[in-house]
Amino acid sequence: MQPLLLAQFTATSCIGLGVAPTLASLAGLRSGLTRCDFETVKIDTHIGEVPGVDAQRLPAELRRFDCRNNRLAELALRQDGFLDALDAAAARWGRRRIGVFIGTSTAGIMQTELAYRARDPVSGALPADFEYGTTHNSFSVADFVRRRCGLEGPAVAASSACASSAKVFGTARRMIEAGLIDAALVGGTDSLCLTTLYGFHSLQLSSPAPCRPFDVARDGISIGEAAAFALLERASAEISGDSILLYGVGESSDAYHMSAPHPEGLGAKRAMQAALEQAALEPGDIDYINLHGTGTPSNDRSESQAVTSIFGPTTPCSSTKGATGHTLGAAGALEAVISALAIRHGMMPGGVQTIRIDPTLTAHYIKENRHAPLRRVLSNSFGFGGTNCSLIFGRAG
Amino acid sequence: MKLRGHIGGIGVLGPGLHNWPQAAAILSGKQSYAAEPTVLPIPSMLPPAERRRTGRVVKLALGVALEAAARADADPAQMPSVFSSSGGDGHICHEICQALALSTREVSPTRFANSVHNVAAGYWSIATGSMAESNVLCAFDASFVAGLLDAMTQIAVDRQAVLLVAYDTEYPPPLHAKRPIPDALGIAMVLTPERTATSIACIDVALTEECADRMSDPPLEALRSAIPAARALPLLRLLACGAAGRVVLDYLDVSRAAVQVQPCG
Repeated sequence: MQPLLLAQFTATSCIGLGVAPTLASLAGLRSGLTRCDFETVKIDTHIGEVPGVDAQRLPAELRRFDCRNNRLAELALRQDGFLDALDAAAARWGRRRIGVFIGTSTAGIMQTELAYRARDPVSGALPADFEYGTTHNSFSVADFVRRRCGLEGPAVAASSACASSAKVFGTARRMIEAGLIDAALVGGTDSLCLTTLYGFHSLQLSSPAPCRPFDVARDGISIGEAAAFALLERASAEISGDSILLYGVGESSDAYHMSAPHPEGLGAKRAMQAALEQAALEPGDIDYINLHGTGTPSNDRSESQAVTSIFGPTTPCSSTKGATGHTLGAAGALEAVISALAIRHGMMPGGVQTIRIDPTLTAHYIKENRHAPLRRVLSNSFGFGGTNCSLIFGRAG
Repeated sequence: MKLRGHIGGIGVLGPGLHNWPQAAAILSGKQSYAAEPTVLPIPSMLPPAERRRTGRVVKLALGVALEAAARADADPAQMPSVFSSSGGDGHICHEICQALALSTREVSPTRFANSVHNVAAGYWSIATGSMAESNVLCAFDASFVAGLLDAMTQIAVDRQAVLLVAYDTEYPPPLHAKRPIPDALGIAMVLTPERTATSIACIDVALTEECADRMSDPPLEALRSAIPAARALPLLRLLACGAAGRVVLDYLDVSRAAVQVQPCG
């Protein structure tokens, strides 16, 4: 593929609002996970909650989009001068020539959860002020973002569970290469809600403790929330060597099970190989891997096998979910931004929360930060339904 | 780069629409349309354990996807796919939200796993053994063209056949009052970069500001405007008539999609 420039990027999660605090948390090996006290939830687990989401207000003209998920998107869009960068991009490319592709798994479903608590006791009807399309529907966050940013190109929400906001980079690549658009606002937003907290709990996939990816005692995920965005453009010849580019997007399906990964990670392996092929790179060219690394026994086992089968046991890798929690449909975009920060600052973030690395996992998992120039980084995102996506980012020079 | 592709096989299921040949007879005016509840097939290609767990969304999407692949004489296991739907499984959503409104908050693990928007794509991959990529999209009422654009850019850029599946199912009460989709309707098509032995027509797709075409038959127009996947009906009507022409399909508030159709004689 023609590499695409990450002209601007931002991320908001429990470890920071914007890239500077995010980077500081990673550098300080800090986790944002806390004991779950979200809303009325009574589950013994930990969560990665973003502070200030409920207090965030949307612009008055977009009031009908108001829900926790879009408040989180609004909060994130306000960081790092991102809205200004979009204005500049719109002036440069034209509003119709910028697409908006946003990944989410549950969007604002919490609005429907709350509406179900307030049903009319006689008729069973949902409250009159509950609006499905602009809050709960998967497209609501993409529609909110495109209106908020005044962009008028093709727009869609990608909703492939926890691979959603990695896969939007693939949609952007195809749309830009086909010439339908010149630039794309890609990203992901997923917010805490009862459906995912109780749902993962019912599947016995959430841990009572802060999640410990690749730990010998790992026992599940910690659910987090995040919104992360990037502006992708065709890379011109004049970009500086320090610029961050998207070099490859690899996608695959497991053809195995709805809620369990292929035991040998065959789908994951296929996605990583496809990304390498698209980037015209060899496994040895990858300096660091940001793993999907959820902290469930099965994910980490199959991912470790898949990674080792391609990269061998020496390529440093880690999961940042011990810091951020598993931000589900936002994880792909959040970890794309973390990968970009790793490249820009020459820092491989160590996997926090992990105490004793599972000796049966052969991938080279790092617990401490490592400092080294990074040219190429691979980021994995996998999801329910056996959907896999691997992204490769790197320096322009 | 032109967004050009060839339609190699179509699958249709909906209220009063049982398959592509029968739907084509109605759309071309050879048969009259009689609305009746959508009949969904049992997904016999899934293992029995999985089959029991599937809801209407999966039955619908797999039904039309299989018909399209068979008519295109295409191997489902080798084709990337685009699944586009205006919403998830409304029945599962209702059951989960109802459970969460009770103090016990017991969510069924199977229901939760099947609540993901990519449930149909997941079962499609399991049923066909396909490890090819699948993109799963939602653009509310714009979902058909959103899926079409994604599939068209895939074949234009990656030069390989793509299966497009657009599908919507009804929401039960009380959600139905907020999202009044009346019944299930799905449309699938195999799109190829080059003409093949089974190609029906060559299409060129471009964005436009023109208004979307409507169906002249009032019951079919009612269907088009009630179910997002049925926004494709003007295109299917042209394909059913075997005529060259141009249709404008509904998309976003600021743009529509113009589709130029040239039948493969």
